[in-house]
Amino acid sequence: MTIDLRELEERARLIRRHIVRMIGAAGSGHPGGSLSAVDILTVLYFAELSVRPQQPDWPDRDRFVLSKGHAAPALYACLAERGFFDPAELGSLRRVGSRLQGHPDRALTPGVEASTGSLGQGLSLAVGMALAARLDGASWRVWALLGDGEIQEGQVWEAAMAAAHYRLDNLAAFLDHNGLQIDGPVREVMSPEPVAAKWEAFGWRVLRIDGHDLAAIREACRLARETRGRPTMIVAETVKGKGVSFMEGRVEWHGKAPGPEQLAQALEELKG
Amino acid sequence: MTAEVTARKKIATREAYGDALVELGRLRPEVVVLDADLSASTFTRKFAEAFPERFFNAGVAEQNLVGMAAGMASAGKLPFASSFAVFVPGRCYDQIRLSICYQELDVKLVATHGGITVGEDGASHQALEDLALARALPNLAVVVPADATETRKAVHAAARWPGPVYLRLGRPAVPVLFGEDHPFELGRAHLLRAGEHVTLVACGIMVAMALEAAEALAADGVRAEVLNLSTLKPLDIPALVRSARRTGAVVTAEEHSVVGGLGSAVAEVLGEHHPVPMARVGVRDAFGMSGSPQELLERFGLTAAEIARAARSVIARKR
Repeated sequence: MTIDLRELEERARLIRRHIVRMIGAAGSGHPGGSLSAVDILTVLYFAELSVRPQQPDWPDRDRFVLSKGHAAPALYACLAERGFFDPAELGSLRRVGSRLQGHPDRALTPGVEASTGSLGQGLSLAVGMALAARLDGASWRVWALLGDGEIQEGQVWEAAMAAAHYRLDNLAAFLDHNGLQIDGPVREVMSPEPVAAKWEAFGWRVLRIDGHDLAAIREACRLARETRGRPTMIVAETVKGKGVSFMEGRVEWHGKAPGPEQLAQALEELKG
Repeated sequence: MTAEVTARKKIATREAYGDALVELGRLRPEVVVLDADLSASTFTRKFAEAFPERFFNAGVAEQNLVGMAAGMASAGKLPFASSFAVFVPGRCYDQIRLSICYQELDVKLVATHGGITVGEDGASHQALEDLALARALPNLAVVVPADATETRKAVHAAARWPGPVYLRLGRPAVPVLFGEDHPFELGRAHLLRAGEHVTLVACGIMVAMALEAAEALAADGVRAEVLNLSTLKPLDIPALVRSARRTGAVVTAEEHSVVGGLGSAVAEVLGEHHPVPMARVGVRDAFGMSGSPQELLERFGLTAAEIARAARSVIARKR
């Protein structure tokens, strides 16, 4: 897929606009961790994943598992922009009867590969998918995105062990290392540091990148794809709330919706 | 037990599971089996030996066991995931809830070592709450086979069932009650003996004891109906209500806590559809302990004699 960086930047900006508008309209949601993950998701959906929006269940598609399910608005915006459903539907986020539930629902939303929201479960699902692909001799790949607060869950390390044990080089994951969780800085609540050394010790290839540098994200994807004999963890340094000045690096924007004036300001900043 | 029942051949349901898995593996190439370091005890090792490339050991990590199974199901495999009933569902309940049941992924959870007959390992290893946990989850079918024959049929039925299933098996060898002609159907209660004075509803190893109790009651002129309710969910409401209408008194018997299992399920149905005097034979809201299976069954009142005593008491309460 040939897509230039300028086009990706434009996509990412558009997706950030969707996110703040969706959460503003819903009156609740998680802007901070959605915005920190946007650049990673943009590269995946517009430059990396082989998917068919008109045939969401195409058996040979690449899989993406959003393990930090509270970043659902970022996923929904990417799926809509990629053509899985009409972007007009994004306004229904969190409403009764909507296909866009507060956290991802595989059964409801075209393109969503895993129902998540209870942290720590997505990587195990991704490991199972990667094992199934290998059993079938299939060439599709599995990608996952985890939060840095999320990796406090023990199940993540069970899955980390299994992925390395089974030498799953068709699996790669991003760690959205934004440093903040609901109760405060991750290092203060329950430090998982040093994260890169931990994933390495568990047998993963570890890449460290700026999680807002689109070229670096693309290059990391390429390196992960070419890695043999082990899974790859891409530790992406990110800023929570990235792109909206008053949300950046502020823990209170983990799970709060912007009011009308804040929304107007955010959209102004994301005008491009 | 009666001479007739004790004279029968004995096979552990977990062993029948291992054999059934190998059969199924031959028939269905999409079947994969996962275990959490207990493959010798759950008998999934039989499958591992027959189909090593389709067997996955998660190690002592039940949360990941369940998640991997769900991921494989989402990619077209038909996973059977096994451990002891204290660990699956106990150790990975949220994973079963979100990664399997909420996503309606076709994973078959087969837990062995259900109930008090785990024996000497004691309370930590005796699952007396697993049916209550499993029954509370939407989309999950819950099945407790009574013997080796029913286990084999239940494994094949679970493979055909369009959705997740929790299959609960036991540790010790138990009498083989049914022949190959046993018409097991997932979701249906099976009438094993007709009667008009009281209905004995049982599952698992308590089915043999209910039959024995019915025999003892018959000697006193009490004609007991025996219903094998191997599927707790979806529960065969018509069969249960029909029997309760006919006999007007019900006793349930389960190798499980009386909280949330078979007795609770039957009480819920009868309370709404046809209330009759009822008694529950089961563990009275307690943990187990070490001992031989037979000693423990007697100590916790899980016997044919206790079922017969309960039957007489509910008959006495009929108006």
